[in-house]
Amino acid sequence: MGLSITLTINGVPRSLMLDDPRVTLLDLLRERLDLTGTKKGCDRGQCGACTVLADGRRINACLALAVSLDGADILTIEGAADGDTLHPVQVAFIAHDGLQCGFCTPGQIMSAIDLIREGQAGDDPERVREAMSGNLCRCGAYAGITAAVLDAQRRMRADDDAAQQEKQAA
Amino acid sequence: MQPFTFRRPADLSEASALLAAEGAVALGGGMSLLPVLKQRLAAHAMLVDLSRLPPLQGISATDGVLYVGAGTTHADVAASPVVAGTIPALAALAGGIGDPQVRNRGTLGGVLANADPAADYPAAVLALGAEVVTDRRAIPADAFFRGLFLTALEPGEIITGVRFPVPAAAGYAKFRSPASRYAIVGVFVARGAGGVRVAVTGAASSVFRVPQMERALDAAFTRDALAGLTVPPEGLNGDIHAEPSFRAHLVGVMARRAVAAALA
Repeated sequence: MGLSITLTINGVPRSLMLDDPRVTLLDLLRERLDLTGTKKGCDRGQCGACTVLADGRRINACLALAVSLDGADILTIEGAADGDTLHPVQVAFIAHDGLQCGFCTPGQIMSAIDLIREGQAGDDPERVREAMSGNLCRCGAYAGITAAVLDAQRRMRADDDAAQQEKQAA
Repeated sequence: MQPFTFRRPADLSEASALLAAEGAVALGGGMSLLPVLKQRLAAHAMLVDLSRLPPLQGISATDGVLYVGAGTTHADVAASPVVAGTIPALAALAGGIGDPQVRNRGTLGGVLANADPAADYPAAVLALGAEVVTDRRAIPADAFFRGLFLTALEPGEIITGVRFPVPAAAGYAKFRSPASRYAIVGVFVARGAGGVRVAVTGAASSVFRVPQMERALDAAFTRDALAGLTVPPEGLNGDIHAEPSFRAHLVGVMARRAVAAALA
């Protein structure tokens, strides 16, 4: 029996037919839609390498059945940049060496994007580390990751403020 | 994962009928169910997705009672102004479950139905003297938790929400596993209309109360009232993280920290 679902993936609405309800969002992305930026690490919700945004919130794609997300808006690392312009979090990860092998990086970046949206961590490195605790890095690039998240948050806030001022001036 | 069929019922009565079938299991956020299915520690013929049932949503506070729908995620409880304004210790507890990815999917009802011995919420439910509301009755916390992954729920019975009496003061402290964030020992202390209740999670096969500590805190609700008090190590959990004697010690330490948090 086929299961028909619709998902908006990186802004594009997709009608999808699943041949099995066991298909996770992660396997759907990687194996059926060739969106291999989202990584499979532990496949049981411990490492965070598969982090994507579902309706704007970070989740582990390995622990979500695709069928249970019918209708959701999914953002993966492939949709983070705006064309050739990298997302500020991507820029900051490069600037601060927030990676070594890069396997966990897509998940780290998606997680960081949502952390900044949540706006709960402030400028406190310890709170950023805690708020990134769902994403493991076996290379141990944590110092760079924390610096990148704080820097991206600062830049995004400054950009927001500048846009706000421009709006008021206009 | 072993093969299963997937159903998304439109309402509670359809959900209950589906769940009454042999081999059917309720799916909330899936944060505990999916890992055990993947590791083939469990197999179910049918998954009944409750995650979007409207009757399981919502947070409200009226007449000294905080109601949290069973389908509410930990992230929503942690961020709720209603919870923060009534039982801030509950919001803090929810904000410390697992990691952000887990908190965005995991639900209150799912945690309670699963009754993991190291889960955080059972300590709050028991210490606050909450009622677990189902599609057919309200179950007092003292009668709900029956042992390791065991509850008073009947086949097909669905948790719809929890009624938490708003206490005068409450606090939660846990010594967490640095990897999983599960409680190695967690203690929730609540001072309410019926006196003080102290509930411990993570230490034994199921959440339990500590009457000796409750009596001491009824006499004086201070950190010092618990000086020297703990629980015997017999029957407590032992694993690579903590042997029973260490867990017994932690119960005393976490209880004092929970009182301090309640008084802060």
